[in-house]
Amino acid sequence: MGKRNRNVGIIGIGQTEYSSHKEHQNQVEMVNEGVRYALEDANISLDDIDCVLHGNMELFEMVYQPDMWHSLGSGVYGKEQLRITTGGTTGASLVCAADNLIASGMYDVVMAIGLEKLQEGHTTGGITNMADPLWFRHLQTGALTATTATMMIEEFGEERAKRAAMKYRIMMDKHACLNPRAHRRFGLEYDQADDLMNTSPKLVGELRLIHMCSQSDGACVMIFASEEKAKEMCKNPVWIRDHITVHREETFNNFGLEMPEMTHHYAGRKLFERNGITDPVEYFDVFEMYDPSAWWGLDWLREFLQLKDDGHLKLLEDGDFDLDGKLPVNPSGGVTASNPIGATAMLRPAEAAMQIRGDAGPQQIKKEVRHALASGFGGTLWTVLMMLEKDLDWQEV
Amino acid sequence: MLLDVLEDIQEQTGMHFSEEGGVRSIVSCSDDVFDARTISDGGVTDVLGAHYREEEKMAQEGLNGIGYAMSIILSGHEDVVYVAGHCKESQGESRNMVTNLSYDPFYGRAMGLDYTNVAALQARAYMEKAGLTEEQLAKVVVRARQWAAKNPCANATEQVELGEVMYSPMLCDPIRELHVYPVSDGAVALLLASEEKAHEYTDNPVWLTGFGSCMDSYFLGDRDLASNFALKKAAGRAYKMAGVKDAKKDIDLVEVMDCFAYQQPMWLEGLGFCGDGEGAQFIDEQGLEKYNVNLSGGMLAGNPITTGGLYRAAEAVLQLKGEAGAHQASDVSRAVAQSTTGGAGQFHTVVVFEK
Repeated sequence: MGKRNRNVGIIGIGQTEYSSHKEHQNQVEMVNEGVRYALEDANISLDDIDCVLHGNMELFEMVYQPDMWHSLGSGVYGKEQLRITTGGTTGASLVCAADNLIASGMYDVVMAIGLEKLQEGHTTGGITNMADPLWFRHLQTGALTATTATMMIEEFGEERAKRAAMKYRIMMDKHACLNPRAHRRFGLEYDQADDLMNTSPKLVGELRLIHMCSQSDGACVMIFASEEKAKEMCKNPVWIRDHITVHREETFNNFGLEMPEMTHHYAGRKLFERNGITDPVEYFDVFEMYDPSAWWGLDWLREFLQLKDDGHLKLLEDGDFDLDGKLPVNPSGGVTASNPIGATAMLRPAEAAMQIRGDAGPQQIKKEVRHALASGFGGTLWTVLMMLEKDLDWQEV
Repeated sequence: MLLDVLEDIQEQTGMHFSEEGGVRSIVSCSDDVFDARTISDGGVTDVLGAHYREEEKMAQEGLNGIGYAMSIILSGHEDVVYVAGHCKESQGESRNMVTNLSYDPFYGRAMGLDYTNVAALQARAYMEKAGLTEEQLAKVVVRARQWAAKNPCANATEQVELGEVMYSPMLCDPIRELHVYPVSDGAVALLLASEEKAHEYTDNPVWLTGFGSCMDSYFLGDRDLASNFALKKAAGRAYKMAGVKDAKKDIDLVEVMDCFAYQQPMWLEGLGFCGDGEGAQFIDEQGLEKYNVNLSGGMLAGNPITTGGLYRAAEAVLQLKGEAGAHQASDVSRAVAQSTTGGAGQFHTVVVFEK
């Protein structure tokens, strides 16, 4: 990847509010709400859409081929459709797919719908169900794992590691409090860190309740168009520059002492290399990262940004990931605030694109945002990583 | 199952997954409910060759994965895409239990709708419209089994007589047991490459020239069940892309996803091989032989629903390559593969292949 036959722009974004319960609407109505917002944002009608992309996970709501039912609200009647699912990465995979479909010349305008209504199922049961039925299912505890916490404590010492993870968590909550659509907005303050480090209920080891992501209801809808159409239809399209998807087999390295390269690191390494980016912290103006827990989010910053040793902790401790820092991370509040799984990975490029447009609302970064990075996470530590740009002025490498 | 097809393709084409020049993009197809496994591509990443590679799962019937893979190549992002699907229908207690979950939890599910009884409503409407008889339906099944016997991959190859089909137990009126595709397990894979790269893998490539799909209404009462609304639109889109003006003149081989016997003539109408309501007559006038319909045996000989269309694509490609073995047709240069997702053909996909 890294090249494409024609450029693709983001021309519309629609999001519902995210919450633990949406008892006022069913899945179809929730999809419809997102679709209406996206069409309104793009100032177009359903007639302009050539193809619809749909993604959520069947076993969370226990609906087989849910796109058939959701067609009542998605506006896909009489249109083409593809349904692509890759677990947590689903939303980001849909964005990659929209880019592929439009760049190919097969479609000019594509609408992608990511959603989940986790209230209607059992999320941890659903996630546990991804493990191999013979070997791992009786060991799996959903997405709850303290491995990263343990490793970070070992590497950086208990005090520094725990404090950093909690600072990351509180920073995310501060961002979420600005975002009117975010699900969990606690109003945490940094001086509560010591207290939370000891009193928040333990889930597994040092992974505590406060560190973990929510399970949310909500939908995110994005509309994409070819360069020609985007310029015609939209005043400020945001351009997809490049994206990379990195999956890996489900088992981890059980033999030997060397850790395999994380897909996060691999994705960043390959993507930056082929786009000529030597210092991602310097280059990007915002990073919307899929951070399922504070421990994972913090650890993955080192991987994605190709940092060494305690580079990520230093940046965090110096405030460089704050909203007014060098590289603001998750102005939206991220996944610890809102997590409607099939939409979660689409929220990352959606929120990043809104930052580039400058209309992200109260969580808008004050300085100009020209280059954005967005990631998705899913499966057995799978990664989707993409770059968005304000202008079509990047140099092909 | 997936390892078998992967190794088979490696042997045929020399496909590899090296960092330089190897396959970097994989489109898989499987279903979480049938696999009883969240992220059903997660457990098979290694046998898809997707370790540290791009992999995306088509969560509709797999023929859509061919169209999506086509877009990945035409976009300029990748030159080669490996498409592979799997399903083990035998693992589930009941296919109807799975497809019942496709209906909304408020009305349809409680009413007991599933893909079999919904198909029965469509079968009745279509039989009425086309004047399709029990005997014609039986002919479709008998013929499917005859061709299946020549296909080493077919599941249901036992030969049946017209009378056996006509008096096989009634499953869901008017659908009889022998009208229904058998419970099937299997995997199927295709390797797609750009025009520049194709010759690195084979001397005899088949070209993908058309793709189209279309969604119909969800509520059965909102649809004319015998109208082929979605299939006609999907075919129109695929034919337009491929430059097919008249299916009757321009296409000489068809693989349709006939999960139920009535669907074979009905989908052929939708694809334009005969006029509206002429599907029954088409059977009597040897149309099935003329257009080389489902020489693989089709779904009635047994493929899983999740990959039903992906098998249709594979069979069409084998025919165009001249590698279909005992069920090879003569003089075929353009073929069409069709698939459906959802109850009573709510969604259709059509792909055109050329020699």
